[in-house]
Amino acid sequence: MNIAAAIDSVPLEALPSASEAGPAPKRIVVAYGFWIFLLSDIVMFAALFASYAVLVRSTAGGPTGAQLFNQATVAIETACLLVSSYTCGLMSLAINSRRRLGTYFGALITFALGATFLGLEIREFASMIAIGATPQRSAFLSAFFTLVGCHGLHVTLGLIWLIVMMVQVAVFGFAARVQRRLLCFSLFWHALDIVWVGVFTVVYLMGVSL
Amino acid sequence: MTEARHERAPGDRPSREMDASAPSEFLVYTIGLFVAVLLTATSFWAANTTLLWPGGVFLGLAVLAIAQMGIHLVFFLHMTSGPESTNNVLALAFGLLIVFVVVAGTMWIMADMNANMIMPSGAPMSMRMQH
Repeated sequence: MNIAAAIDSVPLEALPSASEAGPAPKRIVVAYGFWIFLLSDIVMFAALFASYAVLVRSTAGGPTGAQLFNQATVAIETACLLVSSYTCGLMSLAINSRRRLGTYFGALITFALGATFLGLEIREFASMIAIGATPQRSAFLSAFFTLVGCHGLHVTLGLIWLIVMMVQVAVFGFAARVQRRLLCFSLFWHALDIVWVGVFTVVYLMGVSL
Repeated sequence: MTEARHERAPGDRPSREMDASAPSEFLVYTIGLFVAVLLTATSFWAANTTLLWPGGVFLGLAVLAIAQMGIHLVFFLHMTSGPESTNNVLALAFGLLIVFVVVAGTMWIMADMNANMIMPSGAPMSMRMQH
């Protein structure tokens, strides 16, 4: 009891600490759980990055990264994903202040930029496959398609998720459960952009200077 | 005493009622975008320029990428050093530890094995075994 009284007398401890306050609100628990998932996803990407770094020189006489990669495309892809991360942030501001129009607008721009990114990436893959640089060609290309394709798959899932969330906002409005899912979506989208920073640096920029 | 001091959800900003001096959320995102664009542009410039020593470009690109990831974490995901986001930061730190172990460990081991593979065929067996 003496200890508790001593703690209470400290002015900064006017609020009970997290350990005394009982279970955390569901928003915090859900977002924290999703944060753990995202970190495990990033660990998976780390394994793909590691295998790419090991296999990057194993071209088996096939085309190298410097011959295949087009920096202009990558620059546009990077800009698309970065700005879509920004508009996703602005969308979450609109959600927090429950502005429906701002939410739709932010989601629309985020979706358009994400779809542009995906379109450019698919076009890049198609042009590589057209000249015979398929995943079967060399260990380098296997690692490249696995790493970049896995990121592209995540972006695809994110775009589908965004459509589903906008339908939920339209049907349920800003219910607490919809807001939690939107928070998870924005975490997911920002994390994808962080992974892309690694991809464009390690794969495209370092690949050209090899 | 009804309000409890809980952790903050990852991605959530500190509410402005609790911290009136916090900058506006729009400003935080915009600063983040500006700095990220600056770092990205520098990365693309460094990879294509002939002004810099090629050996240093590699390290410079790695530093720029890590800096940009940090910018994203702070300005977009709102990671802070405050006590209300301790859990988030600790989970992140553990994740980064695993990432470091996986990437650095793989590259180290594979480079070491490569170095052992590429020996001149006439080299004595004792040299191959020294690792």
